[in-house]
Amino acid sequence: MTEPLTFPPKKDPQKRSATPTRPPEARSRASLALTAAAAEGRFALQVCDECQIVQYPPRDACMNCIGTDLRWNDVSPKGHLLAETTVQTSTKLFFRERAPWRMGSVKLDVGPLILCHIHGDCTRDSAVKVLNRLDKSGQAVLIAIPLERSDHMDDDPQLRALSAHPKHRRILITDAWNPNTPALARALLDAGAATVFVGEAESWRPHPNRDALASMANVEVLPLDVTDTSSVQKLAGEIGGKTDILINNARFLRPGGVLSRGDTGFARDEMEVNYLGLMRLAQAFGPGMCARTADGVNSAAAWVNILSAYALSNTPEYGCYSASNAATYSLSQSLRGEFRSSGLRVMNVFVGPTEDDWHAPLPPPKVLPQSVARSVLDGLNDGLEDVWCGDIAKDIRDRWRKNAKVLEREMTFGSDGA
Amino acid sequence: MSTLHSLATDIALGNVKIIDLTHTLDPDFPVIILPPEFGQCARFRMEEISAYDHRGPAWKWHNLTLSEHTGTHFDAPSHWISGRDVPNGSVDEIPLDAFVGPVVVIDCSEGAAQNDDLELTVEAIENWEAEHGKIPTGTWVLMRTDWSKRSGAAYLNMRKDGPHSPGPNPEAIQFLINERNIRGFGTETVGTDAGQGAHYVPPYPAHYFLHGAGKYGLQCLANLDQLPPTGAILLAAPLKIKNGTGSPLRVLAMIEG
Amino acid sequence: MVKARQNYDGVAITAPFSMPYQRYSIDTAHWWIAKALRGSLTAANLKPSDLDGFSVASFTLFPDSAVGLTQHLGLCPRWLDHIPMGGASASVALRRAARAVQAGDANIVACVAGDTNHIDSFRNMLSSFSRFAQDASYPYGYGGPNANFALLTDRYMKEYGATREDFGHICVAQRDNALRYQNAVMKKPLTLEQYMSARPIADPIALFDCVMPCAGSECFLVMSEDEAAKRNLPYAMLGGAIERHNAHSEDDIQLRGGWTMDIDELYAMSNCTPDDIDLLQTYDDYPVISMMQIEDLGFCAKGEGPEFVRSHDLTIDGDFPHNTSGGQLSAGQAGAAGGYIGMVEAIRQVTGTAGGTQVKNASIAMISGFGMINYDRGVCTSASILKTGARA
Repeated sequence: MTEPLTFPPKKDPQKRSATPTRPPEARSRASLALTAAAAEGRFALQVCDECQIVQYPPRDACMNCIGTDLRWNDVSPKGHLLAETTVQTSTKLFFRERAPWRMGSVKLDVGPLILCHIHGDCTRDSAVKVLNRLDKSGQAVLIAIPLERSDHMDDDPQLRALSAHPKHRRILITDAWNPNTPALARALLDAGAATVFVGEAESWRPHPNRDALASMANVEVLPLDVTDTSSVQKLAGEIGGKTDILINNARFLRPGGVLSRGDTGFARDEMEVNYLGLMRLAQAFGPGMCARTADGVNSAAAWVNILSAYALSNTPEYGCYSASNAATYSLSQSLRGEFRSSGLRVMNVFVGPTEDDWHAPLPPPKVLPQSVARSVLDGLNDGLEDVWCGDIAKDIRDRWRKNAKVLEREMTFGSDGA
Repeated sequence: MSTLHSLATDIALGNVKIIDLTHTLDPDFPVIILPPEFGQCARFRMEEISAYDHRGPAWKWHNLTLSEHTGTHFDAPSHWISGRDVPNGSVDEIPLDAFVGPVVVIDCSEGAAQNDDLELTVEAIENWEAEHGKIPTGTWVLMRTDWSKRSGAAYLNMRKDGPHSPGPNPEAIQFLINERNIRGFGTETVGTDAGQGAHYVPPYPAHYFLHGAGKYGLQCLANLDQLPPTGAILLAAPLKIKNGTGSPLRVLAMIEG
Repeated sequence: MVKARQNYDGVAITAPFSMPYQRYSIDTAHWWIAKALRGSLTAANLKPSDLDGFSVASFTLFPDSAVGLTQHLGLCPRWLDHIPMGGASASVALRRAARAVQAGDANIVACVAGDTNHIDSFRNMLSSFSRFAQDASYPYGYGGPNANFALLTDRYMKEYGATREDFGHICVAQRDNALRYQNAVMKKPLTLEQYMSARPIADPIALFDCVMPCAGSECFLVMSEDEAAKRNLPYAMLGGAIERHNAHSEDDIQLRGGWTMDIDELYAMSNCTPDDIDLLQTYDDYPVISMMQIEDLGFCAKGEGPEFVRSHDLTIDGDFPHNTSGGQLSAGQAGAAGGYIGMVEAIRQVTGTAGGTQVKNASIAMISGFGMINYDRGVCTSASILKTGARA
């Protein structure tokens, strides 16, 4: 059984921090669909439309009938561990530094044989379940785990390297004011986070979360206003070197589209907080976090953005806010590219309308702070890139994927008075 | 010796002292808080354009973002609906001689130390005049509360029912305007009105009456404790902003030392 | 009924040449190929312009192929082949060249394999080897072929009761052979104790189960018997040759190779049986693969490989001479030339020109090839049987 991960000792200041290295990133285009599935935690393989044969490795034509209609379907992840090896040496620095590395071949119940990482708790010649996860290069890899969960199985070094688990990590939540902050802090601490830093803007005025946060052990409330470059730089100077996960939940939101207000005031505030805030945080915290992605047990692991699901397709009732989130979503994609070489993961949590004053006029369902916290935790545990929180976010995702134009039309119905 | 030459000499000799009544523009300096569905006063923000680096090798400079009403600032008549039709009501139109003039300071600091919601009343003004003489026409009247010595949350003093800070009641401000024809009214707090000024009739009486009468406001002043009750000269020239309703500014006072 | 294969009569294989291998080389594959080609031409007293057929196998020619080499080397062939089959390339190249000569498409074909080995060559080659390996194998520890063969060895041991000692027998015997082959990279004896205690690489594979990548090249010529006789060259004749690709894809793990589909035909064409084979050259990038070939080529039944190597002496003077020049395990693996090492040595053996490694009275040799771990298994297999045509 996996031994529980112990809290890392203080660093030896005379030792050079390990330089981030990565497993191989190159993949065929077909394989990127496996990565897309891993980005949201699904185990999917290609299935031939004609003959229903499940295929692996990813390919462009069926290995049975040469049909080219191969569809990515979620399939059973169960299989049997046929053979294994422990790689003691590798020409790839990433594995050389982490050797010995257990890998093996698994015969899937659905047919194909896969090569995969093997969790330390798997026994030889046993039934296993296969997870599809993103590795430090941001590509999908498969890992076999035992069918039964054990207490500390998330602490397995190979599995942990495929996640951004909060355990023993130091986490910055950027906005004390957001209604979801206490729930987020609570959930992270319960999952074993060492410290939760919370950024607080405008400490010269009271806000409803202050007392809740003050009552939590291992929560440090520190000044941070994402609209103020100097404030962001100052906090990065103080804690940037020990921020392992950054959760950007800073949000400015006012209802209305382009015509309802007739000015650019709130739209500017939305861009300042939602879009430029992310940019300021990334410029101040990004380089330091990127340099620390191989820094042992509490290495830098993930950058989390909490976005509106309407980033995908605008809802004119919150038209300007949606637009700012679209910009932020786009910027997060740039960050993915810019962080990629370091292995720092960007996770976007797309949230439907939340249970707060600004969404009061909307009918249910609405997302509670606890749901956001659960989504963030699940996403970090599973090392996801895209998380969909709440029924509305999932609904928008599905419609968007099915036909973005149809969704746009659905979101932009007029009223009879017009 | 000409008047100005003699002034310059007195300043150089320290016979006339210059007092700075201005707070430093700082991103974390509080601004007035309105209900969130209303438009909000921009916080002071400063973004580096370059700092002797690849963005500009030999120079350092910043872009600023701020409101007309951020930090120590001047309120013009056009700031308020009551002053919308006042001639020359915006900062770029105000006659220059309005920016330099005599100032009196009514010290309310003792009462403000006891009562966050201290009102400046007609009675208090009359008591002050009994000691220091009648407030002359065309004078700036500054209400000293020592509020500028507060910082952080204590400055706005925001509670569930809104901010609590001293200010004039409607009768007092009308008295200063109608009976004394002052030039304008200034405070150490974030507005010329009391923190709870929304609950007077009319709401925000200082803003309402001052600007309706073509008078000016100064707020977020500092160092009022260094001014004499009478005898000082105030220099308060807002930026020349087209149709501007106010302006951050450097407020200086000259006192005889 | 499938039409029977035509025989390979009238074909002569001659002028074997091996460039001594080097662990690392600053020269290019082009240089190494030129050296081997020159060696064979010199041995046959031919000029480059006498060649009208050319077959190349190499991993490190990029961005060139056989096409680029014609201009680079000033050749003007009317028959040109590029065999991208690594360890299976020799018998495949020979088979196709023989058909060209039989058909009159070419008169004299040079078959050459060569690769260089820069400090970074092996790593670079791994990173661009195949799409499936890139997508589905390398991300898992990047063990390269070591990891693939470790899995195969792991399963083979479990399935058939093979032990590490059994594989050690193969490696130790080959080292003995290599000590008699002057071009071998390995010059020191290897004991079973050393084999057993070697540094682990990818369990159960340890250091001496692995080949040492190096630079080298090998070449031979294919022409008609008449041509060889006219030039008074010692030569071998081709009894038969087979190739097979992606066989037994339904097997979950590769415990047998494509040889099993065609081996009976190979013996029938060559008019001999396993008992007639005087020496066997297997493709030996890992000993488990040699053991698998011994089974699949009919020297024992599937699963009896371990017992076979225990009960036979695989050295040059033994009762089952195997990889007489030391194979890749001890002579070194020079990329695609590794696919040729057994072929060129076998030509020397049956023409009586093997020198220090000569098996007494060798007249029938079998050469087997295996190559290209495209994903989880070797995709290409090949084999051929050579017989003495004219000894030196």
